[in-house]
Amino acid sequence: MLQQEIEISELRLITDLIKQKYDYDFGNYAMSSFKRRVARVLELYKMEGVPTLLRRLDIDAKFFKEFLAEITVNVTEMFRDPTFWVELKTHIIPHIRQNNENFSIWHAGCSSGEEVYSMAIVLEEMGILDNVKIVATDIDHVILDKAREARYHIKNMEVNKKNYTTFGGLYNLENYYKEESGKAVMDQNLVRNVEFREQNLVTGSAFSKFDLILCRNVMIYFNQTLQNQVLRLFHESLHKYAYLAIGSKESLIWCELANKFIVVNNEEKIYKKIRD
Amino acid sequence: MNISLTKSKYNLNNQYKAIVIGGSAGSFQVISKILQNLPEDFQVPIIMCLHRLKDVRNGFVEALNIKSAKLIEEPEDKEQIRKGKIYLAPANYHLGVELGNTFTISTEGMFNNSRPAIDITFMTAAYVFRNKLIGILLSGANKDGALGMKRIAEKGGLTIIQEPSECLIDTMPTSALKETAIDYTLTTDEILDFLNQLHYHYV
Repeated sequence: MLQQEIEISELRLITDLIKQKYDYDFGNYAMSSFKRRVARVLELYKMEGVPTLLRRLDIDAKFFKEFLAEITVNVTEMFRDPTFWVELKTHIIPHIRQNNENFSIWHAGCSSGEEVYSMAIVLEEMGILDNVKIVATDIDHVILDKAREARYHIKNMEVNKKNYTTFGGLYNLENYYKEESGKAVMDQNLVRNVEFREQNLVTGSAFSKFDLILCRNVMIYFNQTLQNQVLRLFHESLHKYAYLAIGSKESLIWCELANKFIVVNNEEKIYKKIRD
Repeated sequence: MNISLTKSKYNLNNQYKAIVIGGSAGSFQVISKILQNLPEDFQVPIIMCLHRLKDVRNGFVEALNIKSAKLIEEPEDKEQIRKGKIYLAPANYHLGVELGNTFTISTEGMFNNSRPAIDITFMTAAYVFRNKLIGILLSGANKDGALGMKRIAEKGGLTIIQEPSECLIDTMPTSALKETAIDYTLTTDEILDFLNQLHYHYV
């Protein structure tokens, strides 16, 4: 999947066509990873080059849905970076609760939902799950369905269980799912207060205000221009003194709105909005 | 050392913009030795992609830093690549180079059973730095890095592998040899010498 070298001009043709035809804008995605994703699609569908892909995208709307699912990266884990979840549980959430007993969380780019369930488990174990309204969004409705269903491959549960143990969960992760023909089926009761909705961070606008936004390892697929734009959206969607969490190897310091946030925890990349 | 006076067996210049180093099983000692012997004012940025445990975020860069002459850092997404710096791909992320000489990270699936994958670091660096890149591939037990070396060679960059007979596990350098012509096959000590000679073109 890495063999094909694709030219930037060809990527431009792809993003232009998709924008025109389907109103999705990949023009400001990070170039190198987008290029690899396109190369992957070419290989997956045994296409000999970008012209074939362009023709297919032009005439086949159903294929575009598949393309969308392949182009977005959906590798995620439950309790990825256990120390991050410890920080949430011991500092961030208690801080939010000092001011509001009831609060709201947005998982922006929730993919197949692992972090949503991780969050629900944390809140459940803190005994406050019913005090929290969670909204989980993604650009791809196919992956959103997967998040809703939450039937994960049992082989993926090994790393999830390990992470949960490192995090210091109260029980065993098995308490929250049952095995059904090779799948771990998550307890739907955990997401009773979760609204899953399709939303495009690139073209979407603010739809509510939140006390905490999680957007971990999503903006790494955007270029700086798009990161600036998405940070504006988050800034608008956060109450003053509310929190934003990004991936541990991301940073806001290169963003235009960086001065409206302070770092609360630099190791875990948790920020607080301090200016409107 | 007075290498500058002896005639170099390498055809070097001061046009190189970056060095990428890939390694896996058996490469830690080699890397340690390279870092220990690097001149403190070494100019060319070094980008290392070493296979490492996915779920251990801390400790690796610290272990390398104990003996290193220069500080090693794990870059963040969008960070600018700077002269004189040494970078290490973080755990559980692919590390790439983007046009404009910035880093880009990714959580895409594993390549060659690896994340970080050497092929991704090498190929993206080759795309950006073209013939101004040096690729060094060390000991390792899989074929990650072979395609990356091929891409570096195609773009006119310089390719070096660790002498297979010296490697703890030689699958990685020999896979590269099968994939592409390699400019130099060097022992650890020769790699140190090579980097020192390169250094003299920059001071």
